[in-house]
Amino acid sequence: MAPHGTSPPSPSRPPSAPAAKRRRPRPRTGGTLRNSRGDRITVALMLGVPAALVLGLVWLPALATVVLSFTRWDGIGGLETVEWIGVQNYVDAFTIYPPFGPALSNNLIWLVVLFTVPTVLGMFLAVLLDRQLRGGALYQSIFYMPVVLSLALIGFIWQLIYSRDQGLLNAFLAFAADAPPVDWFGDPDLNLYAVLVAAGWRHTGYIMLLYLAGLKAVDPTLREAAAIDGAGPVRTFTSVVFPALLPINLVVIVVTVIDALRAFDIVWVINRGRNGLELISALVTQNVIGEASRVGFGSALAVIMLLISVVFIVVYVSTMLRGASR
Amino acid sequence: MNTTTTAPAELGTAAGAEQTDTPRRRLRPGRVVLHVFLITTALAWFFPVLWAVVNSFRDYEHTAVHGYLSPGGFTLDNYAQAWTQGEMPQYFLNSLIITVPAVLLTLFLSSCAAFVLSHHSRRFNLVMLAVFLAANLLPPQALLVPLFRLYTSIPLPYWISSSGSLYDSHLGIVLIHVAFQIGFCTFVLSNFMKALPTSLLEAARVDGATVFQQYWRVVLPLCRPSLAALATLLVTWVYNDFFWSLALLSSGDKLPITTALQNLQGSFFIDHNLLSAGSVLVALPTLVIFFLLQRHFVAGLTLGASKE
Repeated sequence: MAPHGTSPPSPSRPPSAPAAKRRRPRPRTGGTLRNSRGDRITVALMLGVPAALVLGLVWLPALATVVLSFTRWDGIGGLETVEWIGVQNYVDAFTIYPPFGPALSNNLIWLVVLFTVPTVLGMFLAVLLDRQLRGGALYQSIFYMPVVLSLALIGFIWQLIYSRDQGLLNAFLAFAADAPPVDWFGDPDLNLYAVLVAAGWRHTGYIMLLYLAGLKAVDPTLREAAAIDGAGPVRTFTSVVFPALLPINLVVIVVTVIDALRAFDIVWVINRGRNGLELISALVTQNVIGEASRVGFGSALAVIMLLISVVFIVVYVSTMLRGASR
Repeated sequence: MNTTTTAPAELGTAAGAEQTDTPRRRLRPGRVVLHVFLITTALAWFFPVLWAVVNSFRDYEHTAVHGYLSPGGFTLDNYAQAWTQGEMPQYFLNSLIITVPAVLLTLFLSSCAAFVLSHHSRRFNLVMLAVFLAANLLPPQALLVPLFRLYTSIPLPYWISSSGSLYDSHLGIVLIHVAFQIGFCTFVLSNFMKALPTSLLEAARVDGATVFQQYWRVVLPLCRPSLAALATLLVTWVYNDFFWSLALLSSGDKLPITTALQNLQGSFFIDHNLLSAGSVLVALPTLVIFFLLQRHFVAGLTLGASKE
């Protein structure tokens, strides 16, 4: 599909001859794995138990959520109290549920900001660090250190900077510019962006890591050829290296979209996703585990999340498996 | 650590060029700008953590009077207070009870599945991998209601769960983590297993090894590097989980530390130095893992992406 070097073929995969023969009739392994009854039971268990967990605890509930989204149910009574109301929940979400609009646009802002700042910065840092530099390893460690912290904890750490009365930022602004204190996490016009700085702080390191891995896999002769042809570093990157990073770019796009969609912890620890920090994930949670649980309505919101993510999951899975099946 | 793995020749030339001050193809001003940019960015990146650490050692009485930009007022009391007042030992224990079994079980089950899938017929193999891998990316909120219902309806003996059902039990949290993480691990491990030489398994078969022996004695030991990388990653993911414990546990004393933070917020309400100490304590396990096992951690994060 793309020039060679985009996705490294598995290093020690046996040469193509057996792989080609593996095509149709179930070959050696398929036969030998099932040579005795005991072995057949072992194989069934080894695949069956993990598959049952994934299907039973992930896929089955996901399907059930889709079904529930067409109902009205308080979640407490038996299944016979479930009332079918068709697409009413979806209509309600778009028409008479005030937080839904802000949540959609906040998720979108989240995505756009993640794409424009941390993703670009992460890629830029990866390009800078993808060569022998003094202290390169130290720089890398510092940039991806936030990746090991949970977003909930990151909410707390940044609280120390953003807090209205005790935060560093206001203390600094008062000291430097005599500015009045700002409630960074409380002001509904500002808090989403304040939170995004914290979330982007973590996202940048992750993206840098993915691109560093991708850049290592780019065939060095491509760059040499570009240099011989007289291309400068910028030109080499835009017309040679970047196109060769196609699979990594897809992974980064999917990771960013899924992260933007699943963002939850940090807004929940700050104010449970209200007052400027509405996100779809937080609305689902409020509707489902709050006091007034509206199962059907919450499910409809969850299905909207599910639909958006499925598009990108398909892209991701097919990209990954294309590499695996070659 | 990484510098030792870089090509010594190139390091030599870079150092030589800077010493002799005769850069032929590299412009020194460019290098300076590069390093100034990197140092500034790195300092900015490190600052929030540094700030939390510094404040965690400061006395509230001091900072409340003199402000955070003043020097002095160092103390260790915040840690003692956070540890006892926040009931942290209990929450850390809960995190341990959840994380260790979840990681071990995920690695065991996903390596089993990967072993079978890396030997099976092709189409079935791919369909199963797709089902596994996609599950890993679904938004957790999308499963919440049915899962909650399922968990409350599965009874458990009281010696396993004091609530009498899978809901509000550590076992339930372990299972959902396993179910969610199996997908990614199976994918990574099956790619690795496919790359192993087939002659190894053939030799084991000739020796009359059963399927399980082939898996346990031949393939699994060879997977150690991948397993180490995945284990590092899984420990951080499970330890850092916030949502599942929030949604599927109701007793406060069963919460793992990451989710319990929210309760600590209440008790540490105004004292931000105490909050810093609490945050540092919670971050400590993952930071220790990160600094000790950095290589594995990075390998794990990029395993899926670089398709090896």
